[in-house]
Amino acid sequence: MKRFAALFTQIDQTTKTSRKTSLLRAYFETAPKDDRLWTVALLSGRRPKRAVTTTRLREWAAERAGIPLWLFEDSYAIVGDLAETIALVLPPPNRRDDHSLTEMIGRLRALGALDEAARKPVILDLWDGLDQTERLVFNKLLTGGFRIGVSQKLMTRALAQALDRDEAEIAHRLMGDWSPDSTDWHRLIEAEDASADLSRPYPFALAHQVDDAPHVLGPIGDWQAEWKWDGIRGQLILREGQHFTWSRGEELMTDRFPEFARAVDFLPSGTVLDGEIVAWDGDQPLPFNALQKRIGRKTVPKKLLKDAPVIMLAYDLLEDRGHDLRDRPLLERRAALERLLSGLPGDAPVRASPVIEARDWDDLARIRATARDARAEGLMLKRRKSPYFVGRKKGDWWKWKLDPLTIDAVMIYAQAGHGRRANLFTDFTFAVRDGNALVPFTKAYSGLTDAEFRQITAWVRKNTTERFGPVRQVKPHHVFEIAFEGIQRSPRHKSGVALRFPRMARWRQDLSVDDADTLDHLHEMLNIYG
Amino acid sequence: MRRAGPMIGGMAQAQVLTFTDRGIYCPAGDFFIDPWRPVDRALITHAHADHARWGHGRYLATHGSLPVMRHRLGDITAESVGYDETRRIGDATVSFHPAGHVPGSAQIRVEVAGEVWVVSGDYKLGPDGLCEEFEPVRCHSFISECTFGLPVFRWHPQNQVAGEILDWWQSNASQGRFSLLGAYSLGKAQRLLHMLRDGPGPILTHGAVENVNEVLRAQGLALPDTVRVTPDLDAKAHPGALVIAPPSAFGSSWARRFAQASTGFASGWMQLRGVRRRRAMDRGFVVSDHADWPELHRAIKETGAENIYVTHGYTDIFARHLNEIGYNARVVPTEFGTDEDGAEDAA
Repeated sequence: MKRFAALFTQIDQTTKTSRKTSLLRAYFETAPKDDRLWTVALLSGRRPKRAVTTTRLREWAAERAGIPLWLFEDSYAIVGDLAETIALVLPPPNRRDDHSLTEMIGRLRALGALDEAARKPVILDLWDGLDQTERLVFNKLLTGGFRIGVSQKLMTRALAQALDRDEAEIAHRLMGDWSPDSTDWHRLIEAEDASADLSRPYPFALAHQVDDAPHVLGPIGDWQAEWKWDGIRGQLILREGQHFTWSRGEELMTDRFPEFARAVDFLPSGTVLDGEIVAWDGDQPLPFNALQKRIGRKTVPKKLLKDAPVIMLAYDLLEDRGHDLRDRPLLERRAALERLLSGLPGDAPVRASPVIEARDWDDLARIRATARDARAEGLMLKRRKSPYFVGRKKGDWWKWKLDPLTIDAVMIYAQAGHGRRANLFTDFTFAVRDGNALVPFTKAYSGLTDAEFRQITAWVRKNTTERFGPVRQVKPHHVFEIAFEGIQRSPRHKSGVALRFPRMARWRQDLSVDDADTLDHLHEMLNIYG
Repeated sequence: MRRAGPMIGGMAQAQVLTFTDRGIYCPAGDFFIDPWRPVDRALITHAHADHARWGHGRYLATHGSLPVMRHRLGDITAESVGYDETRRIGDATVSFHPAGHVPGSAQIRVEVAGEVWVVSGDYKLGPDGLCEEFEPVRCHSFISECTFGLPVFRWHPQNQVAGEILDWWQSNASQGRFSLLGAYSLGKAQRLLHMLRDGPGPILTHGAVENVNEVLRAQGLALPDTVRVTPDLDAKAHPGALVIAPPSAFGSSWARRFAQASTGFASGWMQLRGVRRRRAMDRGFVVSDHADWPELHRAIKETGAENIYVTHGYTDIFARHLNEIGYNARVVPTEFGTDEDGAEDAA
């Protein structure tokens, strides 16, 4: 545990990617294989099964610290990280243990065989043998969510360097449905056959945002344009009569979207499609909130299957009859995709996302302006000659999104942030005017600089009119320009609307409350864009 | 220490101290303590800018505070007193007592007709080797800061943190890198100088820090030798140096001369990983001039006070906790925390 905690501390002490990579690389070169495997698992979001509920952990930590539970909870709200809060409130250790990472995880997993009451003394005893940092790391193992400022990409790079192997190959090996229980270091990293696992997806290619007008990208003929859909990026894998649906976050969503089971009736084995999963009304996508109802559910009731059926709008073919096509240019992959999907019946759960033809960039800009009519967020631009690359590589894939919608709104409530932003008021509720009243309609917590957050925090402290738990009502004074991607009717909200991706575009210090937009204006936007 | 709390009689009548929109006020003596808007007569706990503000008619502070106040506020009408020395102002008797926050800092004791109130100002317990150590003062009502009034704040011993900083400095120096350490120019910077006096190389200081050093040295405070960073200073002549500067200097053109420096920040807030990461510095060192959770409890207990007014920090939470353990505690509003000693910053 000491070695792993030291790695954690060192990584935490630097903001430089190159330094983090070399620290991890050194760790991978020297740590025992079992610990390496667990480290890769943890840093790619695979964690041991939760041995204790967080509710119990809070109770036990508060008890051991000699403080009431409410005080623990209030502290947690400010620290913003449960594992850290526990590590900070516990009394100093009375001895120092040094178990390896794998041993520690083994102990946690042995807890599964005990009843809850018997788990408590084990956890308390383990806490007793660890210092503050080790406790933090250990608590992260307990609570899951091992985010330490190391992306999967960085971890993959460090591992590839330590092993002197190709980064893309390592990235592919680490994809999919494995855990340290289902595999070992040799099978995962060293064995010859990288595609042994039927369900294993390919690493997703990701796009950058176009900053300026895309004319700078060169002749339009080099580019393929598609709608940028507002759904869930997914990979549909059909191999040996089975199908698997993966999200871009590498979550297996096969059971969530039973519609895709039928794909095996239409498409050959050895097919892997990259596309957008959207709720579909027969002609075009339904608004995102229809899909949202499906995301939260592991099993889907019949009514929902009928009200919000999903399809995949496929835009890339990664594997064709078992052959990896990723090195082939997009032009070729697109032709193969169209051949594959052209003969499918209209009710098949997969369709090709159409390619958009335009004469020149200005023509394409005009088409982009109609994206909301097509239920899209804008356009994707992909270089016709490009291979399907791993991760976010600049230059071949661009997203050219619509400018967001905006409205000027009054800040009326403020709440402190979490984690990195504990101690600052960062979560605000905004209202529009309705006669003399202010009607809240959205929350937003991003878009300002740290300096602006500090400034508004000082203001909130002085201008609190009432407190409701952690929420402060403030004097209606500051106006912010709220940007958002979409607007929908919502009976659950007082204002009658729900926004998609609201954020603070600008602090309008030049405007007063009387200049803020009205509820009527908001409803007009709903009629136009909803 | 359990005290069920009927409020003391004085509360319903004229209080020794009241809370106004200009700050803490004493009706019997017609003066304010650390007021945040201009008043005729101000008693000042310490020289940090959000406590010692500009524009008051007359100032009263400790001998240790006044020189820095004059340096920062310019031409003010002011008097100074020693610790424990009593003064009669109207019907009130006042005295200043060490608060352990920064050199010269004080708690202010106010007695009217036998009833005693103490305003803590900012404070910490235990010796830091530099400023006068906090002394508990018995009182009926104690107005306490609680910047770090949460059980997650427990400081490690000063020599342990000094060791961490020295290791960092040593490691940077051995690679020929500068160590750029952020600290507020009054108090924290001098405490660090004292902690790091046996370090592996020269110590350079930003002008804002060195100006305060000069004022304090003139008062007889022993600080290690430092080199002021001037526009024509050749940084290369001081390889492996530790550079102490206010955090506002980081990222400015001033800092650019220390290319490839490793950066660090010393503050109680560095206890929280989230805050540390927001600072985007290489290292965060937990060094605070405010009381941590156990110190707040010890200080409050040692005053013997029944009524605790908490201010500046996690006031709601801390007051609720104090009430649960038997004190009569309530929150008072302040406008501290917007300047260099701000809620997040100087601590």
